[in-house]
Amino acid sequence: MIPELGQFALVLSTVIALFLGTVPLAGTLRHQVVWQSLARPAALLQFVLVSFAFACLASSFLSNDFSVKYVAEHSNTLLPKPYQFAAVWGGHEGSLLLWVLMLSGWTAAVAIFSGSLPLAMVARVLGVLGLVSVGFLMFILTTSNPFDRLFPMPADGRDLNPLLQDPGLVIHPPMLYMGYVGMSVAFAFAIAALLSGRLDAAWARWSRPWTVIAWAFLTFGIGLGSWWAYYELGWGGWWFWDPVENASLMPWLVGTALIHSLMVTEKRGSFKAWTVLLAIAAFSLSLLGTFLVRSGVLTSVHAFASDPARGIFILAFLATVVGASLSLFAWRAPAVTLGGTMGLVSRESFLLLNSVLLVVATGAVLLGTLYPLIIDALNLGKLSVGPPYFNLVFAPLMVPLLFVLVPGTVAHWRQARMSEVFWRLRFVGGAALLLALILPFVLGSWSAGTMLGIFLGMWVGLGSLQHVLERLRKPGRIGGSFWGMHLAHFGMAVLVLGITGVKSYEVERDVRMAVGDTVTIAPYTFRLAGVEDVMGPNYKAVQAQVEVLKNAQVIEVLRPQKRRYFSTAMPMTEAAIDSGVMRDLYVSLGDALPGATPSWSMRVYYKPFVPWLWAGVLTMVLGGVLAALDRRYRRNTNQQALRTAGEALSGSA
Amino acid sequence: MKKFFLPLIAFAALVVFLAVGLKRDPREIPSPLVNKPAPAFSLPTLVGDKPFSPADMQGQVWIFNVWATWCVACREEHPLLVQFSKTQHVPIVGLSYKEIQPSDQANGPLSDEVKLQLARERSLKFLQKAGDPYKLSVMDLDGRVGIDYGVYGVPETYVIDKQGVIRYKRVGPVTPEVLIETILPLIQQLDKPA
Repeated sequence: MIPELGQFALVLSTVIALFLGTVPLAGTLRHQVVWQSLARPAALLQFVLVSFAFACLASSFLSNDFSVKYVAEHSNTLLPKPYQFAAVWGGHEGSLLLWVLMLSGWTAAVAIFSGSLPLAMVARVLGVLGLVSVGFLMFILTTSNPFDRLFPMPADGRDLNPLLQDPGLVIHPPMLYMGYVGMSVAFAFAIAALLSGRLDAAWARWSRPWTVIAWAFLTFGIGLGSWWAYYELGWGGWWFWDPVENASLMPWLVGTALIHSLMVTEKRGSFKAWTVLLAIAAFSLSLLGTFLVRSGVLTSVHAFASDPARGIFILAFLATVVGASLSLFAWRAPAVTLGGTMGLVSRESFLLLNSVLLVVATGAVLLGTLYPLIIDALNLGKLSVGPPYFNLVFAPLMVPLLFVLVPGTVAHWRQARMSEVFWRLRFVGGAALLLALILPFVLGSWSAGTMLGIFLGMWVGLGSLQHVLERLRKPGRIGGSFWGMHLAHFGMAVLVLGITGVKSYEVERDVRMAVGDTVTIAPYTFRLAGVEDVMGPNYKAVQAQVEVLKNAQVIEVLRPQKRRYFSTAMPMTEAAIDSGVMRDLYVSLGDALPGATPSWSMRVYYKPFVPWLWAGVLTMVLGGVLAALDRRYRRNTNQQALRTAGEALSGSA
Repeated sequence: MKKFFLPLIAFAALVVFLAVGLKRDPREIPSPLVNKPAPAFSLPTLVGDKPFSPADMQGQVWIFNVWATWCVACREEHPLLVQFSKTQHVPIVGLSYKEIQPSDQANGPLSDEVKLQLARERSLKFLQKAGDPYKLSVMDLDGRVGIDYGVYGVPETYVIDKQGVIRYKRVGPVTPEVLIETILPLIQQLDKPA
């Protein structure tokens, strides 16, 4: 009964979304205030209905209702309760339901926190979000219904993919989806502005906090995915340039360009058409990511079951949404005024340069991701594009980006002097250069790449630090967006230093070990003390005990496991990691090897600076949250909105 | 203002590629072995003591199917193979690929005789339960023959002609579409007396 209620709620919510996507928008065209005012209640009702459907599916999981096909395929009676709940989004159908839940959640949030916006704008934004919801709900109902029944009902479920039975994976998809879907809000604001024909500073101001918070979620989601891959896949890598990772990186890159471009549009009224295009692109890339992941056109470690009917639906949806948006853009953008003038050297020009670099980087990632598909489509053969391409193309684009980042924060708006900007940064630049020359010798070996990485990391980090110190000496309250910006930039610096450190100084040993054997990676010695069998709730594991010695003292015992889940034949590695401030010690247990004495293949890694990666990402997320919560948006929105509302009313009347 | 149409045009081109790409299967990998003679080997079979070698099949079209009991996707294609073997005269030879996994030896390595015995027991039990589509199955315990054939992922299926030349290779489970649209027409064509 409960699954049917859930299905019914989904159908109802589709009807409501259709209503939301048509009536209020028609109201803005026909100046019907009542029609427009229906947008908010419809958005809230849709959220309630989708939440109900989601709760129904969750309850089917928690009550082990294997008569529901999706539950039978992704859960098991032995599965621990938290994972039974997380299994709701462990497969295709549930992921989409989660996606729609997030979308309706963002829509409801816009409905609630848009009190200061003109009604017509609210109606347009919510209407656009409603239309996007219709597309996804239709997708679920026609090709991917999570409530389909299974007959005969199996005695037990097939279990959740063991790779997903992990705390990191419980929160990774929701965070990533919050980011993806959050980009739909920026998109809806951009489309609403295009529809109204009024692309002005007010539009940029309204969408800024929404975009920044979505960006923060996306950053967190990508970081979590990377962290999970690092400790769960068992070979110590944290970024693979996998098509699905790229699918999340592309909206992030464009989203980063967007939050900076929005600032210029708000403050200076410039780059309006560019900003709108970025907003459309960020969401389009989120949709493209969904298409790539869900249609199976590319092979990936995230190999989900694919179905051609689903691929065709998403492609048609993508073509409709993006095609309509870009047509609207082509129609409306020529009328956009150019805004304030800018000098060749100014904050605007630095920010524009960075946004172009980010877009070019996105293009490079997109090309690398789609290249195998394009070559195949042209009948030129089969090939795959690997990390060497991405590293070769991506890193050289990040170098100027990070370099320009710092002057972009100190240069004056409108017109700045290059000499003045760099005079202000002389100590920062000098210190960064000095550290880049000295630190490699302290840490070990010297290479040009290491030096460049340290210089850029220090340049960005010290640049932010100097700016903050200067600001603290001046009077006046410092806003959240100031702290947010510098925290995010500082996080970026930590991330860059982390990547440089781990890439330059990691030591990886793949060895064969019998009990009693040792491996030394100075100053640490790893000793295999023993191997035993352990039982988990739904798996059996072989667990190794590895003592880590430093100066002949045991400082840590690591227990990597090789798990065999009862439900699948696939063995899973659980790496054991000892994290410090400056380094990780990483041990993963491989296969038992044939031979006279029992021995195992082991991966023993010394991973310096890995904790810096996670610290950097978290700092960036925190920066984003702080910036989005800046009081300025709420206060100014009120005053500004009243003014713009007045203009809008007199303009449209 | 033509430049504002550029994003739309670029996107349209992208959609065309995605639409074409949707029809392709990224898992379909061209094998360098297609149109080359099937690599020779001699391996023990699942039942009986006489070893099998591809030369034994000279003069007839046959299907070579790589499988294992631990392979989940093999179970997916298995019913189709059983049905095929009942309705078609073309023999299927199975290659039981690395039946003994490292995890079977977690408590120490096993001798080759024990391995073969364990693999036979397990495979026979599976075939008794799920049906046996194979004329015979050969036991590739160490996976060396798999390396010769370029086994990329289990299951894999090869069509080999009367002269012992590989004419088709499929990575991943055989689906009814692949069977009807590709494999059967190919077999009919190869089966025609020259």
